[in-house]
Amino acid sequence: MEKSKISSFLQKYMMVIALILIMGFFYILTGGKILYPQNVNNLISQNAYVFILAVGMLLCILTGGNIDLSVGSVVCFTGGIGALMMSKGVNMWIAVIVMLVIGLLIGMFQGFWVAYIKVPPFIATLAGMYGFRGLSNVVLNGLTIGVNDETFLKVFGGGAECYVPDFIGSGEGLNLTCIVIGVIGILIFIGLEIKNRVNSKMRGYETKPFINELLWILVISAVAFWLTFKLANHKGIPTALIWIALVVLIYGYITTKTRTGRYLYAVGGNEKATSLSGINTKKVYFIAYSNMGFLAALAGIIVLARMTNAAPTYGQGYEMDAIGACFIGGASAYGGVGTVGGTIIGALLMGVITQGMVIAGIDANYQPVVKGLVLLLAVIFDVLSKKEKK
Amino acid sequence: MAKILLEMKNITKTFPGVKALDNVNLQVEEGEIHALVGENGAGKSTLMNVLSGIYPYGTYEGDIIYDGEVCNFNTIKDSEEKGIVIIHQELALVPYMTIGENMFLGNERGKKGAIDWNETYAEADKYLKMVGLSESSRTLVKELGTGKQQMVEIAKALAKHAKLLILDEPTSSLNESDSKALLDLMLKFKKEGMTSIIISHKLNEVAYVADKITVVRDGSTIETLDKHTTEISEDRIIKGMVGRELTDRFPKRHDVKIGDINMEVDNWTVYHPLYPERKVVDNVSLNVRKGEVVGIYGLMGAGRTELAMSVFGHAYGTGISGTLKLDGKEVHLKNIKDAIKHKIAYVTEDRKGNGLVLSNSIKINTTLANLDSISPNKIVDPDKEYQVAVEYKEKLKTKTPSVEQKVGNLSGGNQQKVLLAKWMFADPDVLILDEPTRGIDVGAKYEIYCIINDLVAAGKSVIMISSELPEVLGMSDRIYIMNEGRFVGELNAEEATQEIIMSNILKSGEGA
Repeated sequence: MEKSKISSFLQKYMMVIALILIMGFFYILTGGKILYPQNVNNLISQNAYVFILAVGMLLCILTGGNIDLSVGSVVCFTGGIGALMMSKGVNMWIAVIVMLVIGLLIGMFQGFWVAYIKVPPFIATLAGMYGFRGLSNVVLNGLTIGVNDETFLKVFGGGAECYVPDFIGSGEGLNLTCIVIGVIGILIFIGLEIKNRVNSKMRGYETKPFINELLWILVISAVAFWLTFKLANHKGIPTALIWIALVVLIYGYITTKTRTGRYLYAVGGNEKATSLSGINTKKVYFIAYSNMGFLAALAGIIVLARMTNAAPTYGQGYEMDAIGACFIGGASAYGGVGTVGGTIIGALLMGVITQGMVIAGIDANYQPVVKGLVLLLAVIFDVLSKKEKK
Repeated sequence: MAKILLEMKNITKTFPGVKALDNVNLQVEEGEIHALVGENGAGKSTLMNVLSGIYPYGTYEGDIIYDGEVCNFNTIKDSEEKGIVIIHQELALVPYMTIGENMFLGNERGKKGAIDWNETYAEADKYLKMVGLSESSRTLVKELGTGKQQMVEIAKALAKHAKLLILDEPTSSLNESDSKALLDLMLKFKKEGMTSIIISHKLNEVAYVADKITVVRDGSTIETLDKHTTEISEDRIIKGMVGRELTDRFPKRHDVKIGDINMEVDNWTVYHPLYPERKVVDNVSLNVRKGEVVGIYGLMGAGRTELAMSVFGHAYGTGISGTLKLDGKEVHLKNIKDAIKHKIAYVTEDRKGNGLVLSNSIKINTTLANLDSISPNKIVDPDKEYQVAVEYKEKLKTKTPSVEQKVGNLSGGNQQKVLLAKWMFADPDVLILDEPTRGIDVGAKYEIYCIINDLVAAGKSVIMISSELPEVLGMSDRIYIMNEGRFVGELNAEEATQEIIMSNILKSGEGA
């Protein structure tokens, strides 16, 4: 390979490589414990909220490096409302819908100030961060409220049974449902890739070289199968993974295939040019922040289920985890650049570091230090690689 | 003969791809006011930037001899130490600081890092008096009008012990009485022994203050006129400014039938969005026919862009009045989307700042203004999008390996083609092209001209805004001349010459 090809490959897959290296590092440090099926399962369940919030945050960051500081408080607030409603005997589905609607309304409230009144997002959402933290206290009256609605916990992956039940197998040993779903997923992926390639060839579009395409399919399939196998070895698919997958697929589609997605990138890339192209840029901001509120509520539901209770301190620092995941995942602090896939890698990277350090028994006080360093390194790398190009 | 204070010898400055200055020579005598005149982009400001050290020693060729010694300035600070102070066209004052703070910004009074505010304000008041301002130096700059701000700039220069004062278009944002005050101040300083260089477009002002006038054209000094030895008339200066031959740089347009009026603008007036009392476009009327290229010529700041953008769905300005007729029917465009729907396109002069999303691909940029047409149900059809991008890439001969290429990686000429592709895909009937060939090389310019010809051949109307005279003359069927927000002339292509256009503009400035 030529030098330029190598550097562009490195640039594109830097964080994937970093993820693999860090996993390898902790694999050695923990004597292989980090890849025990149980730990792989925990990694997903524990970080579900980061994945969901980071995807929402990505949309805000795309519009020009704008962040939403209020999401941690909104997670806590919506969770508190849900817990309160269910503790009063309200049907859990109604509670869920109310939580999502409230999240959306909060997002629209903040989005209105940001988009139409031009309050700087940092300040508008800082206000939200204080406000909804306070309201969480009010709603919960400073107490912890437990949730014991079986259906709620099962559907949103909480409590002891936070796994998709084994419909096919006996429930003993390898989880067959998990294997079947995993294999079907992989087959769909391969099918789509082939269909895409055939289509492109037929219409005469550019395609990746055959060998790259083959490698890509093989690597992704192998990783997916490995993950399936790991999960199947420990009770199967964590319910939270279903929700993560849904969010990733839907938002991956929105950002790459729809008009709205296109506008998000365009506004962040050059707001003036976008506005002069006849696009309502204010609406784009409004959509990004409204959506963030909605996803914060979804994360609130997942957190509520996992904790099986709501307390006024929940969700602290979540906004920073989400923002960190986006930037580590290659989103530009100036907007217009970033992908859902990259964000997921960023979230995974942070999750692996935290979990690896816990398993390795490293003093918990060092965890934020390492997270901070990784974030700084990722952004330094991003800035330097852009400079080089110029 | 008086002592030569400054001599610039054989200055050559190249930017990637362009020679901005080519063997320029300039001699300034002590105690005179020396004017530099020339068209936009002739190289006047570049020359002054070389002199003041903004382009450091080594990035240009030639010598600067100041006060008898050869100078190698690396920063503005170096030249200021010698007493050469430049005042730029845009005011460089911090609005929320006091006059005194501004005046000594970077040049603070006091010792060991502690600022002596009493000394600062006392000194500042002294210099303010010298420029004839009665304000206290503790006044915030934002409280002052532009005329007084310009005076503060001059006081600031004096505070740096200026011996050679360079003023770049000092009166461009001033009204007539403020301009007069400024010019009189220059004459007063001259009596006190100050040497000044003034860059200006306004020939009446130049004739009023200057002892000598050096004409710059296409990066070279053409001639220096001495008020004391030759009669300086404005026609004489204009001749020096534009005296170049029109060569075969423009493709021929064959048999394009000029049809009915496509767009008509009447009594169009626009006010500045931030200073609503300031008129930017003043009672302008224009029309353009099918198959016609109409040029709007004017110097920078004449209000051309503001006119175009205000017509384009009120994308600029407040208090817009006047009527807009498309195909004979009056329309009211509420916003840009509306303008695009009514088949008007505005191709910006600032392709990087306002035109393209540099971090996105050619494909994405091409479809941005008309995404609806390839995204049924709000979902972008990737096949159609790709086909569109490739079609326009081939039609406009954009040089790129692939339409997936990021626009930021393209050359200026190819970026311009992507921008044109974007607006052609929006399928307009009237295209307003604002400086369509700014900053691109001669070959790419020719290709852009060919595209314009194809557009009118297809029955579209093109309004081309340009500050390059040869381009306006070479491409337009009809030319409007704009100055200070008003149209000051309309010429048919056959009757128009560079001299007529320039004198139209320069003479209109006097009447105002």
